[in-house]
Formats: sequence, C-alpha cells, structure tokens
Amino acid sequence: MKRLQVDIRQRRPVPLEARFHCRGGELLALVGPSGSGKTSVLRCIAGLHHPAGRIVCGGEVWLDDALGIALPPQRRRVGFVFQDYALFPHLTVLQNLTLACRLPGDRAREKARRWLRRVHLAGLEDRRPDTLSGGQRQRVALARAMMRDPDVILLDEPFSAVDQVTRRRLRLEMAELKRTLRIPMILVTHDLEEAEMLADRMALIHRGRILQQGSPAEVMLRPVDAEAARLVDVRNLFRGRVIAVDRERRRCRLRWDAGELEAPWCESIPVGATVDWCIPPAGLLLHSRRRPSRGVRENPVRGRIVEIVRFGGRAQLVLAPVAAPEKRLHLDLSQHVVERNRLAVGEPVGVSLLSRFIHLMPPRRR
Amino acid sequence: MDWQAFGVSLRLAAWTVALLLPMALLLARLLAWRRFPGRLVVEAVIALPLVLPPSVLGFYLLVLFNPGAPLGRWFMETTGTTLVFSFPGLVLASLIYSLPFAVQPLLRAFQAIPRQLREAAWCSGLGPWRTFWKIELPLARGGLLSALVLSFTHTLGEFGVVLMVGGNIPGRTRTLAVAIYDRVQAFDEAAAGRMSLSLLIFSLIAVMAVFAVERRR
Repeated sequence: MKRLQVDIRQRRPVPLEARFHCRGGELLALVGPSGSGKTSVLRCIAGLHHPAGRIVCGGEVWLDDALGIALPPQRRRVGFVFQDYALFPHLTVLQNLTLACRLPGDRAREKARRWLRRVHLAGLEDRRPDTLSGGQRQRVALARAMMRDPDVILLDEPFSAVDQVTRRRLRLEMAELKRTLRIPMILVTHDLEEAEMLADRMALIHRGRILQQGSPAEVMLRPVDAEAARLVDVRNLFRGRVIAVDRERRRCRLRWDAGELEAPWCESIPVGATVDWCIPPAGLLLHSRRRPSRGVRENPVRGRIVEIVRFGGRAQLVLAPVAAPEKRLHLDLSQHVVERNRLAVGEPVGVSLLSRFIHLMPPRRR
Repeated sequence: MDWQAFGVSLRLAAWTVALLLPMALLLARLLAWRRFPGRLVVEAVIALPLVLPPSVLGFYLLVLFNPGAPLGRWFMETTGTTLVFSFPGLVLASLIYSLPFAVQPLLRAFQAIPRQLREAAWCSGLGPWRTFWKIELPLARGGLLSALVLSFTHTLGEFGVVLMVGGNIPGRTRTLAVAIYDRVQAFDEAAAGRMSLSLLIFSLIAVMAVFAVERRR
C-alpha cells in the first residue's frame, strides 16, 4: 500500500514547518484555525507550491529540494477536492470527470459513469455545475478527483460549503468511501467534530507548525501543551503546581486555585513545577444530592452553577468553584440528570474531578 | 461607394485581426497571471494608443518605418519593398494601433477566471497547453469575441495613422475612412454620406453585438 511522507519547511510567504506521514487507507486530518497553514500544506503536496524539504509518495519522490526535484501537479498523482470544488463551469458533469482521465473517449465516459453511480449522481451526467446543489457539486468534485486513480487524495474543507443536514450525509458517505480506498487521504478541516468522526489520525497545526499528532482521542484528551489544548477547544484548562510526588504509584498532588487534587504523574514533571492541566467534561462526576456515592471522596470540588445550556437531550453545566469563584468548570450531563437533581442556576453542587481523566502538561520552552 | 477602398479596409481588418488575436491572447494571459518587473510599463505601453493622438503615433511609426531606420531598412532588405506607403506597413501600424482594443477585453476575461479552476485543471493532470485549450480559452470566449469585433471594427474605421503611414494610394493603402475624407475634399458629399452611413451602421451592429455578449456572461 502506498504511503505518503511529508517533511516540508519554508519561511515565506507564510512560515511552514510540517513533518508527517500517512499510510495507505488511512485518513489524516490536518486540524487548525483559519490561516494556520493547513491549506498551504495541501498545496505543497499537490505541487501547487514548492517549499523546501521532501515529499515522497509510494516510493516516488515528488519533492526534494536537495536533489533539485519538484514535480509539477500534472506529474503527481493527486486527487484534489478544493474547498469550493472548482468545477469547470462550462463543462457538463460527465465532461468534468472525463477531462481528468487520460483514457480514450468511450472508456473514460464508462469510468466516469461508474464513479457517478458510486457517489449517487447517476442521471446527472449532462447537467452543468451551476444547476447542481452544494452536496451534488461536492460529490462531482470527489468523483473527479478519483478519476485520475490518484496515489493520494487531498480534501480541502470539503464539507464547509454545504448546509448542516447535507454535511452530515456527506460525512457518512465519505466514511463509507474511505473504507474502500487503499490510498493515503489528507483532510483539511477546522471542524474538530469532523476530524474526530472521519480521521484515523489527527495533526494539529498552528501558525504553520504541527503542534501534535496522534489519534483523535489522544490529541483531543491529551494535548501536549496549553496552546494545543486551546486549539482543540479544551474547556477545563487550568494552571497548577506539583507539590508532592508518589513515584511508586505514579501519582502527584497538584495545587490549583480551588484546592488540591490527586493526578497521574509522569517523569518529566519535577516537584515544584508549574503545569497546565486539563480535564474533559466527561471526567467530572456530579455528586448526587440524594444518595452520596463512594466517588465523592475523589478530588471533590464545591461550586455554584452559573450557567446551564440545554441542547438535544444534553445539558452543559458551568460551575464556579466556591474556593475560586473566578474559575469555570464545565461538565456535560443528560438533561434527565439535570431534572432529577433539580439543578438550576445559582444552586450549590459538588463534583469530583476523576483523577484518571486529569492530564498534566509540562510547560514547554520554545 | 468606393468598393476598392472598402476591399482594402476589409483586407486590412482581416489581416490585423488574424495577427493581433494570437499576440493579444499571449499578452493578456501574461498580464493576467504573471507578476514581473516592468509589468506596469508594458500595461501602459499597450494602453497608450487609446490616449495618444493618431497623428503622433503615425508620426513615430513613419520615422520607424523609414528605410533609413533599422526596422524600415531590415524590411526593405528582406522583402524589397518599403514599409511606408505599403499595405504591410499599414498592417503593422494597425497591429500597434488596435492592440489595446484586443488586449483589454481578453485581459478582463482572463482575470475573471478563478485561479482555482486552473489549479484544478493541473491537479486533474492537464498540462499548460490542454489547460489553455480546454479551460482558459472556453472561459474567456466572451472576451475573445469582444476582442475580435472591437479590433476588426476599429481597424476598419482607422484614419489618422493610416493616412500618415499609408498615404492615399488607391487599391493599396486607400481605406474606406481615407476615401470618405477624399470625397469630402472633392465636395462629393453624397458618396461621403453613403460610405459614412455604411460604416456607422456596421460599427453600431458590431458594438451592440459586443455588449450583448458581455451581458450574457
């Protein structure tokens, strides 16, 4: 199976420093805010931009500035789905597809029809792009990208130009297609949910630099530092100081604004170190008001509810700890838990910060 | 109606358009997508015939075409005829004079093509030449038609430069516009009127056709 290896860097026009790989059949999501350089990375892979460094796909060198190799886009077998699809407006759907294929007329048309059936667009062969819906355009763009039998598929925010309902459907279709493909797939997105849903691996990119790579769960729950945590929208992000360490149990005591906590410990953090730490909303356990459970002894924090946001059967609770009322703790609950416990804004509650969910980030020097 | 002059005008316009369009396509494409030093100067020089009095342009061309000047001498040595007061000289002058009328609409048309479409073509495996034929040219066809019609009609009605460079030789350099001037000088107002009206109607239809195309885009 083909494998894509990227190791690129540049200073101008925008700083870029990215090193990653993507195996055949794997989908890697490049995630970051607007302007972080994710699209630039895609453009470098496609050959639309030539940075310094090296790009190898399936053993074929596409870029190597040391050897003076920089293949043009035509000679890199990429399937590129552009953000606004870039369909050729003067051509029909079928022509958009056949143009991307070097087979002779009849065979190209047969192949195009096969791809159109596969993306559920049979019957629309003779339509022009301006008569299609956003979702249909996206599927045409995807089919066109596949017509070249690409060695790698590049998706630049492919679901951003459609409404939410269509987006959900297209994501499912993408997941289905992904299972059948044996080539590396790179998805650029700023949507974390999308990355979590589709990606096998995720690379967090900011200011042209890759901050962290790993499985979506790892990147979302165990960010390498506060900056990465903010980028993946970690809501419970705080600062604290390690005051004691139990090397045998690999645990430590952590002092923060609202008291002391027990947390997992790793070698790189010395006693006395100031650390950033985070905990996902799922790591906060609400103390039942009627039947206190055993869990209440684990890192208890008393607080007052300052906000309840309800949506789709779930409720997002925001607490202000009594010992640090300027801080905010976020937890997600089912709506029925909110109702059963008669939770309301202003009410006092107790929560446990489950130790195994606490993640400490050693301060990094850059 | 001076049919001979009409024939010269048509021949001149046809030659000018045939030679000008490929040149204008190249220039417009270059100006639309490339950044290079001296771009501003190139743009200004191309637009210059729009604002320069035809007599000024005609004067400089006359100097340039003179067998004493390098270009004139080269042409004389190569073909055995002079550039001044000849049909080839007239064509060359028309190329320069009509350049902005061909380049400007094409430039606007190329600039309107989103960069992503060309990139999508490259990423679909199309080389520069196929991208030009299959994507750029079809998308710029409105501009191409405007360029064709504008440069054709403009050459047809050209007067000042033609008179300066070509003179008034019947069958060779006397165009319809020069013939009209000639008839007025000879107090033959009826003939001048007929020729003027035909040129007016032709130009009006041509310009309306351009506007219709622009509107449809």
